[in-house]
Amino acid sequence: MDADGGVELEIPAHAEFLSLVRAVVATAAALDPRLGDERIEDLRLAVSEATTNAIESHAQLGSEERIAIRCDLGEDRIEVEVQDQGEGFDPDSLSPMPPPTDPERLEYEHGLGLPLMRVLADETRIRTGADGTAVSLVVYTTPRGRS
Amino acid sequence: MFLGLTTSSRAPWTVLHVRGEIDMASAPQLRQEVVRVIDRGDHDLVLDLTEVAFCDSTGIGVVVAAVKRARTAGGDVRVVCVNERLREMFAITRLDRVFDLFDLVDEAVAGAVPGAETREAG
Repeated sequence: MDADGGVELEIPAHAEFLSLVRAVVATAAALDPRLGDERIEDLRLAVSEATTNAIESHAQLGSEERIAIRCDLGEDRIEVEVQDQGEGFDPDSLSPMPPPTDPERLEYEHGLGLPLMRVLADETRIRTGADGTAVSLVVYTTPRGRS
Repeated sequence: MFLGLTTSSRAPWTVLHVRGEIDMASAPQLRQEVVRVIDRGDHDLVLDLTEVAFCDSTGIGVVVAAVKRARTAGGDVRVVCVNERLREMFAITRLDRVFDLFDLVDEAVAGAVPGAETREAG
């Protein structure tokens, strides 16, 4: 934990480290007694999704660079940022899923992570460019409307 | 991280019991077992996720792949899941309308004979 009340870790871009990231984020979030178990689970899953995407983006490049995860405990929120050094992507270019009744729906095994993050977190911000992507996931510690 | 994977027979269904956390690290193990079971001819598969403590979208993707593979082979997949979080994920992704969810293995293997049921449209 750093002087600002945050937690930082850097992991190799390997799937074996996902469970460590989940454990660290859940432990940090549990430091705030206002956050219930359900919201901690929301954050844990959302961070797992963001970190999975980061690992995949490094794998596509064959990059051995590390992925940075920073967890900040604020007055009214917990914010986790997952920063990779992949090629970036256009979040608006993702094609929508076919409806459940369409047989083509079973062709979509991927692409569920970002929609899940947007539902699970109160705020999801994505900054992406040629030098990488940073996904910020915010969960409020006090009741507030989701954006 | 390794998953606990065991199979049992509830003819005509084969039940694949999954235990542990399904993510990018463990999903390939589950995918491999699903492929092995379906490709040996057990096309009617119950995925028992009762003891799955965590599952992210990578795991959901394996379930989708299992359904596709089983239906292509003329069978089907039923999913047993009591974890509220996991059920919520199936609802968010609307996959609860693509395949059937059950609370118990006994409920999943009961009822209509595989291939004879009619799925509601819409």
